Amino acid sequence: MEKLFTANIDDADGFYAELLAAHEGLSEAESYALNARLVLLLSNVVGDRAVLTRAFELAKQAG
Amino acid sequence: MVDVRYETAFTLYPYARSADQDADSPARHPVVIVGGGPVGMGMALELGLKDVPCVVLDDHDGVGVGSRAICFAKRTLEICDRMGAADPMVDLGVVWNVGRVFRDERQIYDFNLLPEEGHKRPAFINLQQPYFEKFLVERIRAAQAEGAPIEIRGKNRVLSTESYDDHVALEIDTPEGPYKIEADYLVACDGARSAVRSMLGHDFTGRVFEDNFLICDVKMTADFPTERWFWFDPPFNRGQSVLLHKQPDDIWRIDFQLGWDIDRKAVVQPEYYMPKVQAMLGEGVEFEPEWVSVYTFQCMSMDEYRHGRVFFAGDSAHQVSPFGARGCNGGIQDVDNLGWKLAAVIKGEAGERLLDTYQEERKHGADENILNSSRTTDFMTPKTEIAKLFRESVLDLVEHTDAMRPLVNSGRLSLPCVYDGSSLNGADDAILPQRTRVGATLADAPTDQGWLIDRIGGRFQLFTVNTDFKPEGLNLDLVDVIVAPDDLITERYLGAAEQAVYLIRPDQVIAARWVNPTAADVTAALNTAMGG
Repeated sequence: MEKLFTANIDDADGFYAELLAAHEGLSEAESYALNARLVLLLSNVVGDRAVLTRAFELAKQAG
Repeated sequence: MVDVRYETAFTLYPYARSADQDADSPARHPVVIVGGGPVGMGMALELGLKDVPCVVLDDHDGVGVGSRAICFAKRTLEICDRMGAADPMVDLGVVWNVGRVFRDERQIYDFNLLPEEGHKRPAFINLQQPYFEKFLVERIRAAQAEGAPIEIRGKNRVLSTESYDDHVALEIDTPEGPYKIEADYLVACDGARSAVRSMLGHDFTGRVFEDNFLICDVKMTADFPTERWFWFDPPFNRGQSVLLHKQPDDIWRIDFQLGWDIDRKAVVQPEYYMPKVQAMLGEGVEFEPEWVSVYTFQCMSMDEYRHGRVFFAGDSAHQVSPFGARGCNGGIQDVDNLGWKLAAVIKGEAGERLLDTYQEERKHGADENILNSSRTTDFMTPKTEIAKLFRESVLDLVEHTDAMRPLVNSGRLSLPCVYDGSSLNGADDAILPQRTRVGATLADAPTDQGWLIDRIGGRFQLFTVNTDFKPEGLNLDLVDVIVAPDDLITERYLGAAEQAVYLIRPDQVIAARWVNPTAADVTAALNTAMGG
């Protein structure tokens, strides 16, 4: 759970640039779909159901 | 006729007639530097202190007004220290550690830079560029008095530049008419709109960012803390960002992001900016505008910083967006890199090939600076809807979790690049710490005889830790220290090893390192570091 609250991404600036580059040239619908696929893939990496549930809560709360 | 392109804050080198203007044939100089800004003056000081005669040509007679560059990083201060110019800068400069980030009307987080201990100089200082330049010129004057062969010629504007195999020919305009000189080497430090670059027909390419920023430097004695404040989308600049920074003399730098479609003439009128600043500082806070300017960003670079006998340094070679303070700081690192190489070649100690490594190493540095400053700009000015959505999402989340903080990018601290893979790099031993690997700049630390950074620099030196190693037959200055396991030198230079030997270049870059070398190892590394 603590990984939701502590910085954990190596080379944060490089990651962010790569994320934006992945979306470059995509339409709104394509970006939407790319994000959905990324959520599914990364959720699989997390695996822990309790962490995923807490992540949903946190993301909703921040919006 | 020499046009006045800008107003000067200090007159430092009024026009004076030079003997070259009355010579029958053009006088030849070892080095001519075009441009008397921080990079040109730094270059002159670096070369003059190494006894290399140089002439600086500046089309004005002093330092331009306006604070312009205001953040001078630790590496710049260390380089100025080596040239004996840093003390007045640090004495006057403002040091800050606390930053606050706001969104709309609320603070979303604060941070303390908590500078690493064991360094003579702070991570950076805030100081107006005119002071920085003035202190460099004052140091040049002191060096001249001690015999340093530096000449500064005010109101000398370059009219034409012609590059030949063995020299560069220049025609120069002055208030008393034109004259000609020649240079063995020319260093163009004449800024982003370099006249020398245009005359020689070289390209300058990159990205223009579609945004405008309004700088308002205001004088204010109100009791504001010495902190860096950054706003996303505040009520006094809706939909855009604002940055507040303190400089000496009670001057505060305010940077308003304005967006792309604006009337550039209207925004520099008091009717526009005074109410904006007042709303930001709060009703009743008294302030006076000092300098107001609007600018757009670009990240541009030449492909090659060396063209035969002509070198480009600072903004003439590469231009970055201002967020992250990599413009002037990057330019001073160019000076640091080119100075010793040019001196070694002119004195016949190294071959011409050494000069090509200026391009190799500083292009690497400039690419890194451009990458960092482009990323900051992309965060501050998202160029697509999806980029804006991610930026807003980061800011939404950062109020709820610290995990997102590293993604908030309002400027990254300017650090010197590591010359990984440089052709000047010698042997390395991976058992020694990563941060002081070959190609890195010396990491300062206290020693029994003062700061390490004060003991090393200006020539090739051997730095030995916990060993009495002395290479036979090599005339190398030796700095030897014996340290305890809990010393910072141990952490920064030994790691798991018992002892170490570091070969350091004149620009304080680590050229090679070993745990237990032979004299032949050191000789080979020295040869490599001098260009082979």
